[in-house]
Amino acid sequence: MINKYDAIVIGAGHNGLVCSALLAKAGKNVLVLEANDQVGGAAITREFADGYSVSACAHLLYKIQSQVEKDLNLNINLASDNLSTIVLSEVGEHVTYCGNKVTGVNESDQKNFAEFFKRMTRFSDLLNTYLNKPPPRLGTKNKKDLFTLAMLGFDLRRMGKVEMREFLRLIGMNIYDELDERFESPLLKGGLSLDSVLGTHLGPRSPNTILTYLFRMAGKHGTLSTPKGGMGSVTKAMSDSAKAAGVEIITNAKVKKVIIEKGTATGVELNDGTIYNSEIVVSNADPKKTMLELVGARNVETRFTHRIDNIRMKGNAAKLHIALNKLPTIKGFSESDYSQRILIAPDENYVERAFNSAKYGESSPLPVLEITFPSIKDSSLAPSGCHVMSAVVQYAPYQQKSDWNEEARTNFKNDIFSVLKQHMPDIENCCLSSEILTPLDLEKEFHITGGHWHHGELTLDQFMFVRPVAGSAQYQMPIDGLYLCGAGSHPGGGISGASGRNAAQVILKREKR
Amino acid sequence: MTPVSINTGRLRSPFYPRLAELDSLNTWHNWAGYSSAEALYCEDMEYFAIRNSTGVFDITPMTKYRITGPDALDYLNRLVTRDMRKIKPGRVAYAIWCDDQGQVIDDGTIFHLREGEYRLCSQERHLAWLTTAAIGFDVTVKEETAEIAALAVQGPTSYSVLKNMGIDGLDSLKPFGLIHHQIFGTELMVSRTGFTGDLGYELWIDPDKAIDLWDALFAAGKLHGIQAIGTHALDLARKEAGYLAPFEDFLPAETTVRTGRTRSPLEIGMEWLVDFNKDNFNGRRALLKEKAEGSTWRLVKLDIEGNKTADHSYIYADDKKNSDEIGFITSAAWSPVCKQNIALGTVRTPHGKPGDNVWVEVYYQREMHWNRVMAKATVVDKPFWFPARRGMTPPAPF
Repeated sequence: MINKYDAIVIGAGHNGLVCSALLAKAGKNVLVLEANDQVGGAAITREFADGYSVSACAHLLYKIQSQVEKDLNLNINLASDNLSTIVLSEVGEHVTYCGNKVTGVNESDQKNFAEFFKRMTRFSDLLNTYLNKPPPRLGTKNKKDLFTLAMLGFDLRRMGKVEMREFLRLIGMNIYDELDERFESPLLKGGLSLDSVLGTHLGPRSPNTILTYLFRMAGKHGTLSTPKGGMGSVTKAMSDSAKAAGVEIITNAKVKKVIIEKGTATGVELNDGTIYNSEIVVSNADPKKTMLELVGARNVETRFTHRIDNIRMKGNAAKLHIALNKLPTIKGFSESDYSQRILIAPDENYVERAFNSAKYGESSPLPVLEITFPSIKDSSLAPSGCHVMSAVVQYAPYQQKSDWNEEARTNFKNDIFSVLKQHMPDIENCCLSSEILTPLDLEKEFHITGGHWHHGELTLDQFMFVRPVAGSAQYQMPIDGLYLCGAGSHPGGGISGASGRNAAQVILKREKR
Repeated sequence: MTPVSINTGRLRSPFYPRLAELDSLNTWHNWAGYSSAEALYCEDMEYFAIRNSTGVFDITPMTKYRITGPDALDYLNRLVTRDMRKIKPGRVAYAIWCDDQGQVIDDGTIFHLREGEYRLCSQERHLAWLTTAAIGFDVTVKEETAEIAALAVQGPTSYSVLKNMGIDGLDSLKPFGLIHHQIFGTELMVSRTGFTGDLGYELWIDPDKAIDLWDALFAAGKLHGIQAIGTHALDLARKEAGYLAPFEDFLPAETTVRTGRTRSPLEIGMEWLVDFNKDNFNGRRALLKEKAEGSTWRLVKLDIEGNKTADHSYIYADDKKNSDEIGFITSAAWSPVCKQNIALGTVRTPHGKPGDNVWVEVYYQREMHWNRVMAKATVVDKPFWFPARRGMTPPAPF
């Protein structure tokens, strides 16, 4: 058995697959080790009831980077594209937005929304440029880093004095204030609030929720689509591309530790004792898991360990999956509305109140939801005539007071259903079976510390130069030959492939020296 | 919550009642929150007790941390630069520890009390650093400074004094060894360690038995010239032994603000304590780099001509073409026992190799007027004071 490789990637999440494919395309002999029995990490399609499947975690595609698609020759088959977002109103007067258009609000809100969208996309475009390259180091004499920093300054200034000032004003701000200044419609404000805080431990009044909004807009301006066959088909396409490039992928291969000899990574050891050797070890696992579990504190420095240990990454988003015998009734909904993205976020204060509970280790009694019925456009996900509902539910704190015991889970589920019932009175009759995945479940199933989708809160203190931690933002860890390629490194979460691609660039460049 | 009353004043060691009885100078200073005597009756006589008979110094204020747990050894091995696997139970290691940049945080002694059970002692408090360093280890770090009373018993007659007290096992106790002894219904730990560079021991006991210990010790030492001493006498002795004092000969990295003011172990003559063969220790990467690229500073022991103490003096190169200032003195004293004008200093590399000559600019005051001499000095590599008795096992009785 050959067990010596040019590079080993731990974890076949989407970033691991992207990174491995790019390394293989550059001529490296690459091995990917996946702990679970299928590739994709959290980006998989998962059967939760007999004949009913959904994307296990993220269910909408909005960030995949065109460079990644191009580099990997990905051909993603979409079930639906350019989805609108509908914010539900109990009385059936919903607000719908897509691109720079919004309906269901007054004229001034419409005008303001177009303006808001224009500005946000402009800023997110600026951001996006820097998401697709390794972040520059601060306090260095490296020419490339200095150049990138100078370009960042130049790009900011190039927007013009007014826009630059506006960018700097907004970037650390909360979305609540900005929305309140601009809009009147509570539903519109509620929907945009939810957009800003999805997948985070933040409420709309938390600082830097404009940054998280911009991060969401980066790349495709928030254009939403669903892949045919669920998210698993995207990672399947990635793994096909990686295999075509010569990557070897082994599933059910749980890495126990990274083997380190005198500060240099030399390979990995699996739980079953198998050893694979390589001078390059790339971890798709989150920074905490990588450094504290797979590497171990004893192999790295104290302050570095401290910084890694302090990364805020306690998940707050749960996933609800429901098998339906028919679509539930929603007041004022046309048939085509069901295939859109549906939000329950009646107003911005409702979203903030939902977050309040999470601060004190309780799930929201009145949660906010992002709902899709992916089976409408993709019949492979449910038996004929039946449907699945896939919903992101907030807030469900990782550190729940009762550690998510059965009672807490049942109570939370009941809370969600009573919120759903307000908008879908017959939901209980439609429901054949359901499951809820709390952050604790996500941690167990996908080996993400804290069950945080982004592998670390997306906030300014954990962003760009300081992601995952200060001094190691360029994918290289303070162990020779060890790199990160997951969402815990720059730029962050969302199915974009940017972290994996940036990491591959850094690794290949180091190799050249 | 019920309010808790905390003593925010200066703490008193359990030996304080005895020290206070002997004290006639009333010069106390703050050591890690405790009152510590600078001198009790005459610092010169106290110093000579260390070198000629036995000096007893209260080291209760020295910070003590108990380190236990399955990962205790691995934890310590990552913490300090030397290889702790070599320190068996019953042995003591002098060790230094560094920050991530390889800059010295402090030095201290680590006692391997029993299998897997350690005590770390240092002059400064380090609980924050030690706790941070415990992330990722199954280890307990407990501050136990106030739970142990300790005395340093140092000098040529110290062996006889302790033997008089009835302590067994001293004959085979080697330097940096420790033994446990039952006395006063409790356990007394005796280690052959100290800060004087002489034959000497340190005694560690339950604070409730501190006075009993003191009384027994002084009774046993009555005919061996036993004397209580203060920090000034000890400070002179440590300079003669070439030992470093934090905040004087190096700055603890964790409390130093300005860049370039800290020192690496390689820069303070502690390369012998750095084991690069270990897989990892805090600062290893930085120190490997420094070793490859060269250090900026070097600690020197200087034998200076004349008898004017070279406190705070600048050091100059002994080179006709280059008479630039190359460093400065950090500790200096006239050594009564060596009859030498001695000093510790820090100079820029490549200056200061053993055997090199340098010049020291000494200012001294005579009846208000200042005088200046340029004194020639030689860099020496051995401690100024290193008596044979310090290493002898068993030590000779006096």
